[in-house]
Amino acid sequence: MSTSPNMIFVIAHKEIRSLFAMPSTWLILAALQFIFALLFLSRLNAYLQVQAQLTQLANPPGATLIVAAPMFEALALILLMLIPIFTMRLIAEERRNKTLILLKSAPISSAEIVLGKFLGLFIFLSLIIMTCSLMVMTLALGTSVDYGLLLLNVLGLLLLAASYTALGLYFSALTVQPAVAAISTIAVLFALGLLAGISPDSSIAFDAISPTRHFRSFNNGLFSSTDLIFFLLFSITFVLLTWHKLKNEQV
Amino acid sequence: MSEYITLSAHNLHHHRGQREIIRDVSLELKRGEVLGLLGHNGAGKSTTLQALAGVLQVNSGRIEICGFDLKQHAQEAKSRIGFLPEMPPLYQDMRVDDYLIYCARLHRMQPANIAAALIKTKHRCGLQDCGTHIIGTLSKGYQQRVGIAQALIHQPQVIILDEPTVGLDPTQIKEIRMLIRKLGDAHSVILSTHLLSEVENICDRVEILHHGRLIYSDSSAGMQQHGQQPGFIVSLLTPPEISVLRAINMVTQVEQLSPTQFKILHTHAINSGDTAAATLLTLAAQHGWQAQQLVPLKAKLEDVFNQLTQDS
Repeated sequence: MSTSPNMIFVIAHKEIRSLFAMPSTWLILAALQFIFALLFLSRLNAYLQVQAQLTQLANPPGATLIVAAPMFEALALILLMLIPIFTMRLIAEERRNKTLILLKSAPISSAEIVLGKFLGLFIFLSLIIMTCSLMVMTLALGTSVDYGLLLLNVLGLLLLAASYTALGLYFSALTVQPAVAAISTIAVLFALGLLAGISPDSSIAFDAISPTRHFRSFNNGLFSSTDLIFFLLFSITFVLLTWHKLKNEQV
Repeated sequence: MSEYITLSAHNLHHHRGQREIIRDVSLELKRGEVLGLLGHNGAGKSTTLQALAGVLQVNSGRIEICGFDLKQHAQEAKSRIGFLPEMPPLYQDMRVDDYLIYCARLHRMQPANIAAALIKTKHRCGLQDCGTHIIGTLSKGYQQRVGIAQALIHQPQVIILDEPTVGLDPTQIKEIRMLIRKLGDAHSVILSTHLLSEVENICDRVEILHHGRLIYSDSSAGMQQHGQQPGFIVSLLTPPEISVLRAINMVTQVEQLSPTQFKILHTHAINSGDTAAATLLTLAAQHGWQAQQLVPLKAKLEDVFNQLTQDS
């Protein structure tokens, strides 16, 4: 069956709509904005306190590096916990509610289903990343902002969100219980995150498979094609695995 | 046009592990025909229907929908099928209209045609007043209707319904049956059921599935005559001796049910005018037996079904 962008958008549109139809989504969004604003405020406060000393340095780090970068790092951690909550429903819930059969009996391919679901959630997560970035960008009201660093952080977060979504989507395809999908996704993401922390100078590069590690260079304002390729490969791998699982599944 | 074959399945075979679920199932469905798939629980009805809908890939066998192979031209074939699974595939938190529009789009309907199809389908399924209701708040019967509407909205040529009247109240069952009967005029319908009255009422043709195999196929009228010796029940207010009745030409057996009622079995008439019933009525008039009622024996579908599915 051919893959048409049209059908991918039909699925993606449905995913976004059903996300916004749930009260829990709004609750999570509100809580996220609140926590993020609190973090931003305390970070800004800390910066204002050390600002006087910073001016004495020969080459002082700007507000973007001191305030914005840690904010994005915090958002990366929040996404790690948030994304599994959204991905768990994608396929597991359809399977549990017996609605997957609707998609399987419709003239659409498994690839279109998987890509549609991935895209739907990714667009939604992009909105979250954008609103948080807008909050950070209010820095521009008081000081000059390093837009290069800011954009690189946004790009890094989008890539990170894509890879987390792909992994969560795969775990959701493996099970009937959304909760099982969520817990296993969080567990794996945490394990991958911890890999980034251990022995950075060890000769065995365990941390090479850690998305958190690869996000760090974006976070520090370093764009390397290795990191970009890592995120793309990571996402594509899990999307392909999901597609393979769904294609060979018997209802 | 009436002979146009919309669905054909050849030698479907499916097993799960060691267990054979369906074996050598071949079916054909013409346009404008309602086919009933009968069978006990676990006979393989749902598996067969899922295979026909393209949801389940059978181990071997070939299915064609309007000439399109379900495996090789899945998109063309599947867009011509409307499928209602055992459990209607409903999103509980969606509104009826939104859900049906989504289903229409999933089946690649042109956006311009969807609005008209939505109104028509809702009208057909008696959902006119439910458009803005959340599906989860509807009663079981209405949810079933939404499930049927979902299978119709894209105007498929082949409609596959897995136990469509399960969980409905008698009025709703009647309405749904009328709807299916109406659908049978323009589309092909295949439905599974274990309610024999359903088959009697709405199906043109019956296939009986037993332990994964099709063991019987006939028109539903034909099925009622299956294995039946002709006979009738007659009421005579002043009956003669039973031996007199036995002596009537072609009568093979007479059984007295009550002082005035007799069950009479007879052989097939050689020519239509000369039947045992006619002879008896003539004699009754001549001798003043006062014949009051004559009811031809008709096999109950249940009996035929039980007879066919008895394990030897």
